[in-house]
Amino acid sequence: MGGYFEIKNLKVDFKTFDGGKNVINIDNLSLDKGETFGIVGESGAGKTVLALAILRLLFSPPAFVRDGSILFEGEELLKKTERDMQKIRGRRISMIFQDPMSTLNPVFTVGEQIVRVLRSKNRVSRKKAVKEALEMIDMVKLPDAGRIMNKYPHELSGGQRQRIVIAIALSCGAEMLIADEPTRNLDVTIQAGILKLIAELQKELGVTVLFIANNLGLVSATCEKIAILHSGRIVETGTVREVLKDPRHPYTRTLINAIPKNRGQRVNVEKVSFKEDKSVCEGWCRYYSRCTEKQDICRMQGPVLRPVGGMHMTACHLALKGGGIGGKGNIEG
Amino acid sequence: MTKNIGILNSVKPRIKEIRLSLYLLSRNRLTRLSLVVVILLILVAIVSPYIVPYPEHIETEANPRDKLLPPSGKYVFGTDELGRDIFSRVLYGTRISLQTALVAVGLALVIGIPLGAVAGATGGIVDEIIMRITDIFLSFPPLLLAIAIAAFLGPSLENAMIAIAISWWPWYTRIIRGQAVSIRERQFVKAARAIGTSPVRIIFGHTVPNCIAPVIVQASMDIGGVILTIASLSFLGLGAQAPTPEWGLMVSTSRNYFLNAWWYSIFPGLAIFVTVLVFNLLGDGMREILDPKTRKI
Repeated sequence: MGGYFEIKNLKVDFKTFDGGKNVINIDNLSLDKGETFGIVGESGAGKTVLALAILRLLFSPPAFVRDGSILFEGEELLKKTERDMQKIRGRRISMIFQDPMSTLNPVFTVGEQIVRVLRSKNRVSRKKAVKEALEMIDMVKLPDAGRIMNKYPHELSGGQRQRIVIAIALSCGAEMLIADEPTRNLDVTIQAGILKLIAELQKELGVTVLFIANNLGLVSATCEKIAILHSGRIVETGTVREVLKDPRHPYTRTLINAIPKNRGQRVNVEKVSFKEDKSVCEGWCRYYSRCTEKQDICRMQGPVLRPVGGMHMTACHLALKGGGIGGKGNIEG
Repeated sequence: MTKNIGILNSVKPRIKEIRLSLYLLSRNRLTRLSLVVVILLILVAIVSPYIVPYPEHIETEANPRDKLLPPSGKYVFGTDELGRDIFSRVLYGTRISLQTALVAVGLALVIGIPLGAVAGATGGIVDEIIMRITDIFLSFPPLLLAIAIAAFLGPSLENAMIAIAISWWPWYTRIIRGQAVSIRERQFVKAARAIGTSPVRIIFGHTVPNCIAPVIVQASMDIGGVILTIASLSFLGLGAQAPTPEWGLMVSTSRNYFLNAWWYSIFPGLAIFVTVLVFNLLGDGMREILDPKTRKI
């Protein structure tokens, strides 16, 4: 494995009034240069916390990184000073947030905002920055850059805004992009456009993308490898093909069954476990309360990620017994 | 080609906004009137040294033959105890009052805005320290604090301005701080942090521009109050000194001749009254258009 970007043994806790709660516990996650890695999980799984933890943007309190390491090109991000992190953010690792409606400052035109970012990062003249900003707007495939430049965020649609946000995120030459649900709050056709744009930019600029989504469908369309996150832990990881064709973890199967399919098929409600997570005792499988296939062993020890063939790894006791109990998830086409 | 359009157009939205604001301002009759009077006052302040009938009366020149004359064709507002034309002095007083008020409010803004923005955007112990100091200042009545500081610094117009600024900034700090706290949690601040914007840049590039509006309104409303305070300080002998044609000072000296020369106290007093009134009305109008809840389009 490349080790371009690596998370090892990362533990993030939230300390609140009623004690600590572990929200992220990731043993190993690694990205190769130039690949697109998807992270999927339902809301509350810790996706955004993970993204913020990488950029060290979590407010502490309440969040504390208890342990672990985040290596970016061999550099330990968790040991950087705040000043050094400011140089890494934007210039080397950039991030797109989930809600394009509120990611732009409402009091400045979008052009002004791109120009400001450009000028704060590399000391260039205003004229040159304006020219570069126009190029950036062209790059994210927005027509009529000169006109868009002078628009205030509220004058643009969600899709246009998200493109501007992507332009800003990439304007400082970041090599890695964390896209935290970049298509949330956008309708499907715009979603497709944004996904296509990210894929194209990734090819053109060779950026590594950590793509966070709550929808397996989006991830399967854009990513090469994925990890399924549940309650702060990776429960299944591998190439998209491996995971979707042969989902070993009951949670993954729930996610797959929750995707509306083509061909008039409805969401397979019976197979989707809608239940809320109930807190389980320490040491149990975290999915225990919702799992439809739970057995006694799940209460005795928490499962750890174990390889089940190829790059495919899963954290379920049952996955190892005779290659997946409960049949395969039915993903077709 | 495209580049040029970009640069040219970048001015446009601002102008559009200013025109919209002026239009909204002028829709309320009272606000429109006060806007006209304020503009008039500003014009008078600018040109007064050139248009007053007796420029030599502004400062020292005494003219004992004409002392304490009632209003007439020659002296529209009458003359004072040294025979100086009160009309010229009141007109010139506009310049002094507006100038000192603007400087005092400007100074208060310069102190208040950064402190409030830093407190609100940073939070924690910094916030606590700044805001507690602010509370200490707020616990004094502003006029009393200004009097104390002016007395301590020594009576002069400059010191009066400083005294007013010192007793005024906590209000702005408070307003900005309240806004800044809510801005801190906004997504675009997080996004700015995520692309490596430094805290200083976030405070002055994102926090301040997003919470400046209510402070501007407050400041424009305060100008009236500040003019009044300067007049009060001068009246008490803690502001402008003898030959300066400051309204408060004129009212103060006129007390000795009040029974015989009503015009001496009435006209400077009227000037104070009108100026404070129109600035307050304008401030109210501005609050109305800047607060979408009370804005009626």
